[in-house]
Amino acid sequence: MTMFQIEELKNDFPILLSKTNDKPLVYLDNAATSQKPECVIKATERFYTSENANVHRGVYALSQIATELYESARLSVARFIGAVDDDQQPLYSEDGDVAEIIFTRGTTESINLAAYGWGDANISEGNEILVSMLEHHSNLVPWQELCKRKGAILKFIPIDANGEIMLDKLDDLISDRTKLVAVTMISNALGTITPVKEIIRRAKEVGAVTLVDGAQAAPHVPVDVRDLDCDFFAFSAHKLLGPTGLGVLFCKQKIQEKMNPFMFGGNMIREVNLYDSTWNSSPHKFEAGTPNIAGAAALTPAIEYLNNLGMENVFNHCKELRNYAVTRLRNLPKIQIYAERAKNVCGIVSFNIEGVHAHDIASVLAEDNVAIRAGHHCAQPLMNLLGTSATARMSFYVYNTRADVDAAISSLEKIYKIFKIS
Amino acid sequence: MYAENILHHFKEPHHFGHLSPARGADGERLFKVKESNPLCGDKYELEILIDKYGLIKDASFTGEGCAISKAALSMLTDEIIGKSLDEASQIDDKKVYELLGVEISAGRTKCALLGLKTFKKAIKESDEENPL
Repeated sequence: MTMFQIEELKNDFPILLSKTNDKPLVYLDNAATSQKPECVIKATERFYTSENANVHRGVYALSQIATELYESARLSVARFIGAVDDDQQPLYSEDGDVAEIIFTRGTTESINLAAYGWGDANISEGNEILVSMLEHHSNLVPWQELCKRKGAILKFIPIDANGEIMLDKLDDLISDRTKLVAVTMISNALGTITPVKEIIRRAKEVGAVTLVDGAQAAPHVPVDVRDLDCDFFAFSAHKLLGPTGLGVLFCKQKIQEKMNPFMFGGNMIREVNLYDSTWNSSPHKFEAGTPNIAGAAALTPAIEYLNNLGMENVFNHCKELRNYAVTRLRNLPKIQIYAERAKNVCGIVSFNIEGVHAHDIASVLAEDNVAIRAGHHCAQPLMNLLGTSATARMSFYVYNTRADVDAAISSLEKIYKIFKIS
Repeated sequence: MYAENILHHFKEPHHFGHLSPARGADGERLFKVKESNPLCGDKYELEILIDKYGLIKDASFTGEGCAISKAALSMLTDEIIGKSLDEASQIDDKKVYELLGVEISAGRTKCALLGLKTFKKAIKESDEENPL
């Protein structure tokens, strides 16, 4: 995929054609959420215009259409993350549904589902749970709370000065007391890519269950859960061109058999008596209530869009932009670039300017309609480790260009004038 | 937004540092209050010294944060020193914006008002200790 073709992509995203005070939107906060292509927006509109009904229950045509859209989104997701065999077929439940893809509200809910659904039933006192120093709060706090509930111990894999996982420390941290290893695949604050496959291999040696936080990975790199052999993989639709309010938990069937639902009600039951009920089969057992049907209908075209670009191309494009941004940032005085020399990175970069708070950096850029994020990026322990309370972060996606980076640098140069720094 | 006065208070904040812990004689009370803006990483500790008549004899602050929050807190300490607790508790959002003297965008109001929020917390603590 050449840069020229990527230039044309902006036209697919209506919001990127907008201007504020004559300044075009330069959107560099994709790690927070991505913008949506016309096909995803149209799919939402089409759903509510001519496809809307509740799923799984009705016999009339509209309900069948809605159910088909919802369930085919499940199949799209399975194929997108490699939860399929060599014939591109996922595991089906006895009821003929894609068993290993559970729809949730987002990555956070997915991880909470694993913590309550699997954790409560399988973790006991003295067990150990291993996470890393890179974790987003959503892949940290649920485990903190599980440990408190069960009297288990939380441990952290350290990172080096480049923001990369120290694999050599793993032997000291993994033992037969380790029952769960939950790690991010890509750091949302630093962009560093974790050696998850190796971590999972080591975890399996001691029989530990593994969970991968794929919130940044699913949008940026090709994912193959069979190759990773993880037990859980969580990600969100809205970071990969899809709608908000929808996420996925891939969960191996044999793990689901050891899990209890933690949300109860309609759709997840089979038989309901006065004082007890039985559960539906996978994956419905973990999907109580009316799901985000419109969301699922819009996720399918988002996945299609990315498949057309090719995830390898998406990764290379975003990484190239990060490299270009780092080159330009290096020329600015008093700049600190985090994970500057990391070997395995994707299209995210965090930085600071000495003497200026990250929040002020973002404000100055905002005045030029350049959108970046400043703050702790939901990774306070990581920020503490880096010795700062906040960083400024640029995160790229398919429609960003070198011109976007140039615009951001231009705005950054103004900071030196405003704050009278040289 | 980054006018001269704001930059000055950010680079050389007034009353930045700690109050002498030796104070406390003659009925004086020293209060230390921490407050932060978790969304963007502004974190401050405000110290105020109140004499037995309820007058704010001194104030200082430490911590890190953005230019707007630091400048606002610096200006606030100037404003409260020498006032009675009663008088100082009249300071509201409007007064803070007046002191800053520039248009604060919606996204930065929490920064601008963090200092005031911290001060109000200190007042509450002193009330609880010594209800009038």
